[in-house]
Amino acid sequence: MTAQLDARPPVAPAPRTGRRPPGTRFSRLDTRFSPYLFIAPFFVLFAVFGVYPLIYTFWVSLHDWDLLGSDHPFVGLANYSQLLADADFWHAVVNTLGIFVISTVPQLLAALWLANLLNRQLRARTTFRMAVLIPNITSTAAVAIVFGVLFGREFGMINWLLDLVGVDAIEWKSNRFASWVAISAMVDWRWTGYNALIFLAAMQAIPRDLYEAAAIDGANRVRQFWSITVPLLKPTIIFTVIISTIGGLQLFTEPRLFHSGTNPIRGGTMRESQTVTMYMFENAFAPHYNFGYGSAVAWLLFALIAVVAAVNVLLLRRLGGAKPPKEDAKSKEGAR
Amino acid sequence: MTRLWAASRLTYAALIAAGLLSIFPIYWMFVVASRSNDAMGQLPPPVTPGGNFGANVSRLLGNTDAYFVTGLINSAIVATTVTVSVVFFSTLAGFAFAKLRFRGRNALLMVIIATMMVPTQLGVIPLYMLMTKLNWNDRLPAVIVPALVTGFGVFMMRQYAGQAVSTELIEAARVDGCNTARIYWNVVLPALRPAAAVLGLLTFMTTWNDFLWPYAVLNDPENPTVQLALRTLSDGYYTDMSQVFTGTAIATLPLLLVFVLFGRQIIGGIMEGAVKA
Repeated sequence: MTAQLDARPPVAPAPRTGRRPPGTRFSRLDTRFSPYLFIAPFFVLFAVFGVYPLIYTFWVSLHDWDLLGSDHPFVGLANYSQLLADADFWHAVVNTLGIFVISTVPQLLAALWLANLLNRQLRARTTFRMAVLIPNITSTAAVAIVFGVLFGREFGMINWLLDLVGVDAIEWKSNRFASWVAISAMVDWRWTGYNALIFLAAMQAIPRDLYEAAAIDGANRVRQFWSITVPLLKPTIIFTVIISTIGGLQLFTEPRLFHSGTNPIRGGTMRESQTVTMYMFENAFAPHYNFGYGSAVAWLLFALIAVVAAVNVLLLRRLGGAKPPKEDAKSKEGAR
Repeated sequence: MTRLWAASRLTYAALIAAGLLSIFPIYWMFVVASRSNDAMGQLPPPVTPGGNFGANVSRLLGNTDAYFVTGLINSAIVATTVTVSVVFFSTLAGFAFAKLRFRGRNALLMVIIATMMVPTQLGVIPLYMLMTKLNWNDRLPAVIVPALVTGFGVFMMRQYAGQAVSTELIEAARVDGCNTARIYWNVVLPALRPAAAVLGLLTFMTTWNDFLWPYAVLNDPENPTVQLALRTLSDGYYTDMSQVFTGTAIATLPLLLVFVLFGRQIIGGIMEGAVKA
């Protein structure tokens, strides 16, 4: 990426002027301003519909602001202090983090494993890749509805299968932890194959002779996977973790449509699986239309995403940095 | 390059299992959509299609509270408009970033990459207020206009243009007196066509599936996108699951069609983007 940028001299107008048809003012204006004209639509639209709302959210959060009230007095950080004492908010935070952890960890491990399987001499390569990607292209709303039925209490297929192996019926919707598991299953179903393809792409860029050298040294496949593949995949793993963090902590559609009936925005009668984004919606839109309070929720969620993403990156860096020499010593020991 | 590891039977077994697990919920959606409501109370749950799909479809289309057909039409309009716009603006900006020289190029490119990390959906509240001011609430521009550009699209096209568009050809066109806009149209766009197609497919599918923002801003139940029509069905008709599932099946069908026709290209696009990012 940088190689391409650096390949040309920085600014060299002198030799170029000779090539241009002489004297055409339009062409000089054209080369000078066209680039800006071409990139302007993105920046203008993103500023208006992306950046401005995000910043204005903070402004709104400092006010007592609802849909109907004609004036909205400045209240400082009152919304935030109310929110920090709001049990339902913290309940939603715990739900969100719980679902995030029990969905992301198995998902990325399964994706690594799946990528490792796909990175072999395979017949019907494309068919397998398409099969694991198909959940990702399906409508999230449709899938959430289907999973809601699969996890039904009495006639759901999951409970029926569990019954076959002697497990009692699980209350997938009214048991808090069970509903996290069901929603995580939905998220994992959608994203494991996608992440596997991302990992597969990175694995294909690893030189094969590294594995050959390791095999000569006596490392078996499992060891090769943990000592060569995983460390070299570290940048990709960090990338997928960041993306999963940003997406996972804003989870909305799956838990919203997992529940039906009255007031599904609460994520179950006892808010079993209400995520922070759902809580933001409940406050900012129907039924409360309290923009100020909802905006405070949005900003605290923003802060939460930043903190969790930073912690994840730091953890992964450290893990990856400490691991290779240790594994190396171990693998040598094991080989002899 | 030396050979990859051979795949053992166990590898195939595991991959087939993963594939079946991936496909089963979609398959089962069509099973329920083709049966009567009795299927919902049967144990073991039925896993083969029935003969009721036609009856379910006509019940769904006849359901005047769901506005399902309106939803399909709206989603087609929104997804098509957004796709054309994203492809156009992304190829335009991608070309500029990859092949034109201007002050601040690298810094602006960094901004584009950073925008991909910004959780913009946290801005829905002011966005909603903005739409109220523009009088776009409950109307399609509210879901179209904010989606007209994506940082992802610009970045993807920039990466592809760097290798696919020949600098010599651009220089030659300039010597022949082409202005930059004509170079874009006659030289760059044809070269970008394969990647632009993938971007278009991905954009279409993402927009078709979008739920959160339409859910916030399209509150009029008579003017939904197809995903919102599904929400209406799911919330209100949980006693008539074969109708709801018929809706989910029809909403998924266009995506499956696109995927079956262009899956290879979509996979190529995702994997190529992964390596370069």
